Amino acid sequence: MEKFNTIISPAVPVTTENIDTDQIIPARFLKATTREGFGDNLFRDWRFDENNNPITSFPLENPKYSGNILIAGKNFGCGSSREHAAWAIADYGFKVVISSEFADIFNNNALNNGVLTVTVSPNFLAAAFAAIESDNNTGIKVDLENQYVELIATGEKESFEINGYRKECLLNGYDNIDYLLAQKDKIEAYETAR
Amino acid sequence: MGKTLFDKIYDKHVVESIPDGPDVFYIDVQYIHEVTSPQAFDGLRKRGIPVARPKQVCATADHNVPTENQHLPIQNDLSRHQVATLVKNCEEFGIELYGLEHPYQGIVHVVGPELGVTQPGMTMVCGDSHTSTHGAFGAIAFGVGTSEVEMVLATQCLMQSRPKRMRITVDGEVQKGVTAKDIVLYVISKITAAGGTGYFIEFAGLAFTNLTMEGRMTVCNMSIEMGARGGLIAPDETTFEYVKGREFAPKGENWDKAITEWKELYSDEDAVFDKEYNFDAADIEPMITYGTNPGMGIGITQKIPTAAEIGATTEKEVESFDKAMNYMDFKPGEAMLGKPVDYVFVGSCTNARIEDFREVAEVVKGKQKASNVTAWLVPGSKQVEKAIYDEGIADIIEAAGFKIRQPGCSACLAMNDDKVPAEAYCVSTSNRNFEGRQGPGARTMLASPATAAATAIAGKIANPADLL
Ligand code: SF4
Repeated sequence: MEKFNTIISPAVPVTTENIDTDQIIPARFLKATTREGFGDNLFRDWRFDENNNPITSFPLENPKYSGNILIAGKNFGCGSSREHAAWAIADYGFKVVISSEFADIFNNNALNNGVLTVTVSPNFLAAAFAAIESDNNTGIKVDLENQYVELIATGEKESFEINGYRKECLLNGYDNIDYLLAQKDKIEAYETAR
Repeated sequence: MGKTLFDKIYDKHVVESIPDGPDVFYIDVQYIHEVTSPQAFDGLRKRGIPVARPKQVCATADHNVPTENQHLPIQNDLSRHQVATLVKNCEEFGIELYGLEHPYQGIVHVVGPELGVTQPGMTMVCGDSHTSTHGAFGAIAFGVGTSEVEMVLATQCLMQSRPKRMRITVDGEVQKGVTAKDIVLYVISKITAAGGTGYFIEFAGLAFTNLTMEGRMTVCNMSIEMGARGGLIAPDETTFEYVKGREFAPKGENWDKAITEWKELYSDEDAVFDKEYNFDAADIEPMITYGTNPGMGIGITQKIPTAAEIGATTEKEVESFDKAMNYMDFKPGEAMLGKPVDYVFVGSCTNARIEDFREVAEVVKGKQKASNVTAWLVPGSKQVEKAIYDEGIADIIEAAGFKIRQPGCSACLAMNDDKVPAEAYCVSTSNRNFEGRQGPGARTMLASPATAAATAIAGKIANPADLL
């Protein structure tokens, strides 16, 4: 996995709340047997109409928005456990998703794919949406090492929580499976002891 | 201080606790299916490692299979390839597969319990969020992503952080015509679709202990629709009776030993939960959803509420509510009863077990399906399908003008050909009414099998209590 560094980037705002995994990646795109290529179908039915023409009122297809941070309404990623939602977000090029609440499984899946989920307060989320509305290119800084997110335009800052182990993994680009494989003896000892 | 049921099982499965990190958490059984496993097997191949404990993996094909003519090759190239990839992976890695031609094939969460693979006290995962179903047996069962599927295939362990515990108690007896599905839809409508986020839920109280195992599975199945990681119910005589004698259940001496252990699986009286809810079963009537998340449900005789009535206060919340109304083409104040319906789907891991079809048969017996309704009745497994025919349920249902399809997930997620057309209304016994879940533009209303059956007869939303 790639190492995660501090990111300063404009953000793409999707203010809708309760965005579920079926909106992030509709089920009909789940027939692939590899991990790549899901980004094209991220938010497919919100990005394109029946004739596959881009819907420019949706922020991902609106040229005025750019950047590798996705910022979304609360309870983001509810619904299915399919990791395809996280793959689609990662494959599209987002490195960070900011919201005031994430669904548990999505949160795990995102972190497992090197996408940092940042949970902020509802007030900070509202302030960020407002900042983007007044200037589409305004930057947001996400500092994982020091665990804070900052709106560059106003200097408004908020710290965020992340599990220490997760943080180490992201900063160093480690992967859980490497860690677990190294615990083989302990796992076998556990199996014999039970 | 006493322990919760969840903690009793959890603690027994911790191999190691990483300071300021997750636990190395042992998994007894992993279920796999064709959609979320191929990338995990690829990962193993890339690392050049085998499946650690192939005997602790149980595989079936369900999400992407046709529900008609299963003996013929699958028409859609991608679907056929996905199912063939599962067959190939199971062969290569030595995993038993209940594939399309196998008498045990079916939806993974129907198959595991009916074979006795699912047992009290176990830890179980599957790359599917409705793995929570197995919690009905007093097990810790939850959905995981494909990276985690790979993790468990490789090591039989997960990196897991302990969730918070919630208890939802529903005491008292339910009214006639109120099923497990209605109880759980009621609970979700009260605590909302995000109310359980971060928690593992224990369901307690008479309303749940009175349920059969199949009813308990329906409840635990939908714990994920409250945002919870999973849900569980303490095992009791009903549980033991159900497991006993099933193919993979412990036998002889092992059975006696198992029962002794399983009897310890309950929350101690002084156990403390991070959050508790209490409801009264008498308040519950047959439920139906009117919106685009499972929390948007009401009693079937009630009127669609306004945004304010469901507590939407912020501009965003009101906007979400309006978006749902717009999608469904409904208005606050309208009655759900009597709304015309185009499709009825009885199926999915929530409600496609034999009792669900018995419930349907009871409602439709001696009546005729309305001509404006297309009905899909999809058994949860080959064994359920067989029972439908063996018990004579098929005769009753077919005489009423319905047809029984073949097992699979079908219109629950509409990955195969069973798609509800755009703007069509479907009363569904599945678990999700998200936008486009049953097909692009499809409008889903979740309800019990009895309500679905009554609706199929009436041709419009009907209260099963009026037909029974
Ligand atoms: S029936 Fe639906 S919810 Fe259940 S496993 Fe299949 S797709 Fe998932």
